[in-house]
Amino acid sequence: MKVFIDPPNSLILFDLVERSGHEPLSSMAAIQEKIDKTEIDMPPMNVTLEDVMKGLKYAGIEVPSGIRGRLAVWGPMIEEAEAAVIMEDCPYSFGCVGCHRTNLMVRYLLKRRKIPILDVNYPNDEEEAKDLVVRMREFLGGLK
Amino acid sequence: MIKIAQLSCGTEYSSVQYEIEKAARSVGATIVHPDVSAGDIDKAVERFGFKPQSPQLKLMIARAVQLADRRYDADAVFIATCFRCAEGALVRNEVRRFIQDNTRLPVVTYSFTERLKAAQLLTRMEALVTIVTRKELLARERQTGITVGIDSGSSTTKAVVMIDNRIAGKDWTPSGDVIKSAEHVLENALKEAGVLMKDVEAIGTTGYGRFRLGKHYNAKLVQEELTTNSKGAVWLADRQRGEATILDIGGMDNKAITVRDGVPDNFTMGGICAGASGRFLEMVSKRLKIEVTELGALADNGNWRNAKMNSYCSVFGIQDLVTTLGDGKTFEDVAAAACHSVAEQVYEQQLQEIDVRHPIIQVGGTSLISGLVKAVGEVLGSTPIVPPNSQYIGAVGGAILSSGFLEGY
Repeated sequence: MKVFIDPPNSLILFDLVERSGHEPLSSMAAIQEKIDKTEIDMPPMNVTLEDVMKGLKYAGIEVPSGIRGRLAVWGPMIEEAEAAVIMEDCPYSFGCVGCHRTNLMVRYLLKRRKIPILDVNYPNDEEEAKDLVVRMREFLGGLK
Repeated sequence: MIKIAQLSCGTEYSSVQYEIEKAARSVGATIVHPDVSAGDIDKAVERFGFKPQSPQLKLMIARAVQLADRRYDADAVFIATCFRCAEGALVRNEVRRFIQDNTRLPVVTYSFTERLKAAQLLTRMEALVTIVTRKELLARERQTGITVGIDSGSSTTKAVVMIDNRIAGKDWTPSGDVIKSAEHVLENALKEAGVLMKDVEAIGTTGYGRFRLGKHYNAKLVQEELTTNSKGAVWLADRQRGEATILDIGGMDNKAITVRDGVPDNFTMGGICAGASGRFLEMVSKRLKIEVTELGALADNGNWRNAKMNSYCSVFGIQDLVTTLGDGKTFEDVAAAACHSVAEQVYEQQLQEIDVRHPIIQVGGTSLISGLVKAVGEVLGSTPIVPPNSQYIGAVGGAILSSGFLEGY
């Protein structure tokens, strides 16, 4: 199944989902696809004006361009997702999209889809980390 | 290569990062991003005192702390966040203040939309580079020899001939063809000064048409209007030492510049909306069937409170005006309301981006509209200084600065 991970650039979440035999929907793939398009020259992310305008599908014109540009990247993946794993309170090094408002909107868009979602908190110690892995395995294993 | 440190949020997802870097490159500068380790971010935010929710704003703060602590070397600072982001706007302004409190680096702030193009940033980047590379020139307090300044603005073209630190000739005309308008005003200014073109030792050009004019006249100085206007303003107002704020409500965009000893250290320039520019006052005058030069005196005799006009948009502003006139309000009250509306918007949009330093020197063509100066004074609670020949600031600045080249600058 296609599982959206939040933060969408978390390598650890990506790895856990992939090991469970599912397809993680992440920033890495979306951004990779963009930067591989050599005909577009809008470094560093190759998010173009057209992309930012596509973000209007998810948020109105009064919403800052940075949010619409981000939603243009993740919005289609959210629509495609069949399940999601959302991690709260994680440090920057674990993964982040930079904008709190975008985080709120991404999570709302996921919940609105009414797909299976696992909400987890960032583990503070080894015990919590083990518990997290177990919960994720159970959740991902139960997805059909 | 001049290093401009970028402190920003959202640029890479707004399709504008490339434009920012292009603008910097075009003026011989490079954009740099102060290095920050992930572990330093929370400490920096703690020290800064403002804790935003967005991680990228936290990173922006951490980068500002690196500059303040001299752990990263840069020559100037460009601070930008998304237009309409409240959290970003708060952090942008406080980071700007923090940089100014802790460094002597020139700073410019900007709130961008996805429509931002490099050309819109060119003047700002050029000013940052000028402040860094031409400090000595900008510190000049006297004009020497016979020099000319030409300011090719969006609404009017001005020329000034200066001889040994005095204005000997001047003229202005509504801007049409860049070259023809400049030739016209220059001819009249030279005539008034009683000198011939061959006697002119140096020319400085500024304003939107500066590059074309610079080439046409082989000018020694081709300079953006933020630095030339600052120089002209402090010279005309005789405030070359100490601090001041220069307010120029222009034909198309407004500029607010803080200066220390005549050298700008922070400035903001309208970019997204021209609703509060001089053009709106021209539109109001046209609707009232009067010359814009008559608007000020009319406004002086009116009361803005009687005719509410507070739209952010010039088109809706005219709609307000039409409605107000339809309600039977007097031309005087409407003129006063239009001036008040512009002053209020300048306060809301430009002056919130800088720390206003007194005195306030109001310059540019709109400073001749007495009703607008009065309105600015009311809004700011302090009457601005309007120096003589205030509409010639750019041309005067060009003439003063270009004379620096006669002494081997």
